[in-house]
Amino acid sequence: MSQVSTKRYLSKTAKNIKPSGIRRFFDLANQMEDVISLGVGEPDFVTSWNVCEAAYAAMENGYTAYSANAGLMELREAISGYLTKQFKLRYQPASEIIVTTGASQAIDLAFRALVDPGDEVLIHEPSFVAYAPIVQLAGGIPIPVEASAESAFKLLPQQLEAKITDKTKLVLLCFPNNPTGATLDETELGKIAEVVKKHDLLVLSDEIYAELSYDKAHVSIASIHDMKERTILISGFSKAFAMTGWRLGYLAGPEVFIQAMLKIHQYTMMCAPTIAQHGALEALTNGLEDVTKMVTSYRQRRNFFVKACNQIGLECHKPGGAFYAFPSIHKLGLSSEEFAEELLKEEKVAVVPGSVFGLGGQGHIRCSYAASMDNLQKAIERMDRFLAKRI
Amino acid sequence: MNEKDLEIAQILEGGARLSTDSIADMVELEKEEVEKIIKSLEEKGIILNYQAVINWDKAPVNGGVAAMIDVKVTPKRDIGFDGVAERIYRFPEVKAVYLMSGAYDLSVQVEGKTMKEVAYFVSNKLSTVDSVLSTTTHFLLKKYKHDGVIFESGQKDKRAVVSP
Ligand SMILES: Cc1ncc(COP(=O)(O)O)c(C=O)c1O
Repeated sequence: MSQVSTKRYLSKTAKNIKPSGIRRFFDLANQMEDVISLGVGEPDFVTSWNVCEAAYAAMENGYTAYSANAGLMELREAISGYLTKQFKLRYQPASEIIVTTGASQAIDLAFRALVDPGDEVLIHEPSFVAYAPIVQLAGGIPIPVEASAESAFKLLPQQLEAKITDKTKLVLLCFPNNPTGATLDETELGKIAEVVKKHDLLVLSDEIYAELSYDKAHVSIASIHDMKERTILISGFSKAFAMTGWRLGYLAGPEVFIQAMLKIHQYTMMCAPTIAQHGALEALTNGLEDVTKMVTSYRQRRNFFVKACNQIGLECHKPGGAFYAFPSIHKLGLSSEEFAEELLKEEKVAVVPGSVFGLGGQGHIRCSYAASMDNLQKAIERMDRFLAKRI
Repeated sequence: MNEKDLEIAQILEGGARLSTDSIADMVELEKEEVEKIIKSLEEKGIILNYQAVINWDKAPVNGGVAAMIDVKVTPKRDIGFDGVAERIYRFPEVKAVYLMSGAYDLSVQVEGKTMKEVAYFVSNKLSTVDSVLSTTTHFLLKKYKHDGVIFESGQKDKRAVVSP
């Protein structure tokens, strides 16, 4: 058999993409049994039953074909109404919204449509692991901007401005943030918006955790004066509606940009899954009460977990949103990877090393409190024991 | 009932074994305040009881049998249905009594060690209560959901241990 030189065949792009740090840890943790997992970036609720019923009904009624490229019109109308009601945003269902295969595909479409080779994209870090690689896949250059622990991981306008060059085209924002849970209020967003306008940039705002805001109502940067025309909003059903496996998200923004993204979407995806879209329509129409219940439960668990972390000596700012706590492990003198690996092996608690989320993540761990109170209490006991041996 | 009262009642409904400390952290109040709220909810009769929901099918003892009995009655003068209901709910065998609209008047839930015991209760005690006209006994075969709790849903955490 002749040897195939894989090196020759693999594209440079594929070769240059680093595997996600989460992936490596995923393999390690998933081989073990009886692990209490705080490593999960998804809700611990299952999708509301009425949503599942709506999907069954869609199948029974034969809605098993493609939908319009941009998604079911009824769903786009429901998304438009929802964005207006919740976040004071106004988008035309026919021309300014695309239903996508998860927020993941929305991010990909947005970068592909807006980034030329050599363009710089500012990404505040720590952040979701997919942003920088997706920018690279589009030929762009991701430029990290550190949002540090001292400012509770809020992005400061001067930190952003310092990284702007004449190649900068886009700024990616994600608040509430994965992995830090940081949020920005209207004033803080206003200052970021000033920088963006001054340098004539566009914003990609990933607001997939918007509904999971605990202390103040979420504000979208698109709702700030003069920002709608330079903002692409990304959101979806995965987190607030507990629908990660349905693979459904959406993009909203100015028509010119959205129509460019739609061109790419129609060739690469055709449309998001139709059955899932029927479920999502039900979620937006009759599912908001369930969202409220889940949010209450996350808030209670955040309050408990963050306080408990501080009590056992894991210094942790209080995150305003999402379902992650991002405590510091600095005083142990271990790297995030070492901490996570030893904690997993010794006490069977899975957390994600902060370092995988980029600049500013080292010395922290991401703990998801989308877990039962029972498991959170047990995890705290185990981490307490783990720390007692080392401090 | 204010917002915190409601929140605490809901937390207790979902998990009565949580310590007051944990509940205090969850709702961001001092432990003493939470104790006070719980006490007042108990006094007002809003919290009635703390109970474990047990799936007796899984417990290795004979959990007995349960029956739902449809009861038709003639309401008594002056005290109406309430007086008849009281005569029935005072029996220790009776776990629940509801006044119903529709085909019959009272729904009576009875538990006993054996079917025979329940049958005896119905024929000798319940049916002989003044103003009970008729009874229809349905034995409970299997519990799927009780008090909002689904039994054996097979719903384990299906998430991978680590995910983005
Ligand atoms: C910030 C952020 N954006 C996007 C996603 C992906 O969401 P979806 O499931 O809609 O693709 C995640 C998932 O973890 C996330 O944390």
